[in-house]
Amino acid sequence: MTTSTRTDIDLVAHLMRRAAFGLPAWQLEPLAELRYEDLVEDLLHVERHERPEEDLLARFHLEHANEEDYWWTNKKWFYRMINTRRPLEEKVALMWHNRFATAASKVTNPLMMRNHLEMLRDKGLGNFHVLLAELSRDPAMIYWLDQQTNHHGAINENYGRELLELFSMGRGNYTEDDVQAAAHAFTGWTIKQTIPRYPNGWYESGYVFRPDDHAYAEKSFLGESGNFNGSDVVDIVVQQPATARYVAATLYGYFVADDPDDEAIDALARVYFDSGYELTEMLRALFNSHYFKNARFNRVRSPVELVVNTITLNGQHRDPYEFGIRYLVNASQAMGQEPLNPPTVEGWHSGREWIDSSFLIERVNFAVERLGDDGHPGVRNMIDHVGEMRPSFTAEQLLDACLYELGCWKLEDKSRRVILDDAGEINATPGNESFDKAVTRMFEYVASSREFQMA
Amino acid sequence: MTPTNGNTIKDPVIVVLQLSGGNDFMNTVVPYGEPLYYDFRKTVGIPETDLLHLDSQYGLHPALTSFKEIYDQGNLAIIAGVGYPNPDRSHFRSMDIWHTAEPTNVIPEGWLGRIIRELDPQKQNVCTGISFGQGLPRAMYLSGTPALSVRDLESYGLLTSMSGRRQRRAINVFTRMYAPEEFAEANMTLGHIGQTGVDALAGVDMLKPVPAQYSSSVEYADDQLAQSLRGIAQVHTANIGTRVFYAELGGFDTHGAQMGTQTGLLRQLSRAVSDFFADLREHNASEEVVMLVFTEFGRRVRDNGNGTDHGSGGGAFLIGERVNGGMYAEYPSLDPANQLSGDLHYNNDFRSIYSTIIDDWFHMQPEPIVNGSFERFQGMISPLN
Repeated sequence: MTTSTRTDIDLVAHLMRRAAFGLPAWQLEPLAELRYEDLVEDLLHVERHERPEEDLLARFHLEHANEEDYWWTNKKWFYRMINTRRPLEEKVALMWHNRFATAASKVTNPLMMRNHLEMLRDKGLGNFHVLLAELSRDPAMIYWLDQQTNHHGAINENYGRELLELFSMGRGNYTEDDVQAAAHAFTGWTIKQTIPRYPNGWYESGYVFRPDDHAYAEKSFLGESGNFNGSDVVDIVVQQPATARYVAATLYGYFVADDPDDEAIDALARVYFDSGYELTEMLRALFNSHYFKNARFNRVRSPVELVVNTITLNGQHRDPYEFGIRYLVNASQAMGQEPLNPPTVEGWHSGREWIDSSFLIERVNFAVERLGDDGHPGVRNMIDHVGEMRPSFTAEQLLDACLYELGCWKLEDKSRRVILDDAGEINATPGNESFDKAVTRMFEYVASSREFQMA
Repeated sequence: MTPTNGNTIKDPVIVVLQLSGGNDFMNTVVPYGEPLYYDFRKTVGIPETDLLHLDSQYGLHPALTSFKEIYDQGNLAIIAGVGYPNPDRSHFRSMDIWHTAEPTNVIPEGWLGRIIRELDPQKQNVCTGISFGQGLPRAMYLSGTPALSVRDLESYGLLTSMSGRRQRRAINVFTRMYAPEEFAEANMTLGHIGQTGVDALAGVDMLKPVPAQYSSSVEYADDQLAQSLRGIAQVHTANIGTRVFYAELGGFDTHGAQMGTQTGLLRQLSRAVSDFFADLREHNASEEVVMLVFTEFGRRVRDNGNGTDHGSGGGAFLIGERVNGGMYAEYPSLDPANQLSGDLHYNNDFRSIYSTIIDDWFHMQPEPIVNGSFERFQGMISPLN
């Protein structure tokens, strides 16, 4: 019996689009020499790889390197997503950022936003129980949902409500009384008074528990009674079947498909309980499942995913001194997703709602501009790699080679016909300038396609 | 529908302005004549002397100076106590309900999308509905019916990194790749992206000349709402047949620090609406415009010491020269015996407002658009023709 240790490169490309930010073929080919399960393990075991040295960025961008500017955190985040060797860590942080959406527009303190993001990154692949407990003590979250004004005798239910509705169980699985009980349990969970900003700038805050402001009293919450504190509420919440399904649906919706699948979500929910709420175990099951492997090109890419994938392909911003990373934040914002500043606590409407006329124009313009310029090192690499595939190309051979090079992309027949019709009869020979132009034109057409909006 | 030019018969236009986050209606139209108000709003209450008095019972928030003027001119209708059965205190669900006019089931189709389909059943004008600001609201979404989202009119363009023959070729390829198939595509999402691309391109062609044609003596503020309303004025006065406009002002989720936050937002609202209508009047293009201002819910009757939590029983405004101003609908009782677990009880279904607009303004059958029959507010709108 022979067992192949190689992996179909289309499947590798799929895994890398979902668990990472996508790769060009010249980077996928070495990975396809490995077993699929090993690729998954390498993504899950983030500790095998060093984090990128984003401090270098500050050295080269003194004019921007200001921790008091939350844009700086955003720029560093893009740099990191492009350069990290732990892409799953960033993907998961992005997922939780949408689920636990907290926005700079209200928090205003850039250091707290930075710490919030670092918490999502540090805990996002760990245990959901720990993550939810950390979230409940996160200063940015506390301020974002007015938890510091949730007092004994004058509750503010904001965090109690969103914890149940948006962060763990979902609507329909608790009562208004449960919301009130949760709010009472979280009284006294607050943040330290920050030192006034002036004259020395922002100071970060920290979580603090104030026993004198806590409602020590019997509470009835989700069918249990006791003198509950906020951590008791978290303990009870994570044990709920609704929470298991909600977390499972979050992972499924982010990594597999925009439309939910009950059977797959049930299976993931079982892993949630069997593993004691371990997110890495859930993701291991997910990435190795048939439903994941078959879920090709059925998700609309978020703006951040589209931007980072485009830059991963075109090779910009590999060096910390390269100017202009700020424009990536601008581009993503114009497409409807400004990281660290979601529109509401619900996060961004995803799926098809990423596409409206304004957002679509921004997406197409960005990807076409960045992939159509052979002055970018990654574009140059891809042209050269395409050129090594054959001595000469017909239009169809060239289209197929370019789709492959961009990360094993697929186009519908109609799109193929239109592009081939435009190209006409050609005999492209690598090495001359017209070949480079023919390739970049193909890149532009693919980047402007409907299919490029998905992954 | 062919674009109309405004010198003969004008077509009715609606501008929907969404206040996101749950505007506290009790501090927008304040029932100062009711002593219970000051009992419930010990810290988040507005003193009687600060209010813009409408009568001996009610006063507008002091920041709403232009609303007071419009009210005095008889063109501001106030609809208090608006809601729907079984109020949902989730922002998102409640906003969805307002957008889709469907309180029971979650559906993706919006009420304005259905109006746009009625206005332009042959899909001849992609500019029939335009949303300004960040993203297309669900209210305007209806599969197969075009609705544009515009962030900035001045920079609206496709494949702008190219020029000349290269750009023309690329736009040609784009057009053909995105063109709808004769039969429905198996992949619905690709179909949606395709239609959006086709509409976007048609919209670019129609909207590109708009900014250059516009001039006005009105100087709008720099905030996003003002700029959105300026864009709406530009498109409306260009007479390209847009009948449904949308704009948004967010930030009303005032669990904390409400007094300052709401004041700032209402000040923006007041100035932007005032500038917008002044601009339209300058272009002799105001009569055919009605503006609906709504929010997804009101807030709790009793303040939390610093702000107010999510409630029900919000309120809405209808503004325009064809609007017969006044207080429509009874203000909900603040008496604890009449409250709905700490909230104002709604007296009026929001679909009554929609039905009034659909019937009296657009002369359409409201029932299929709002999924039911709801009482109209008689006389609130004088039809255009």
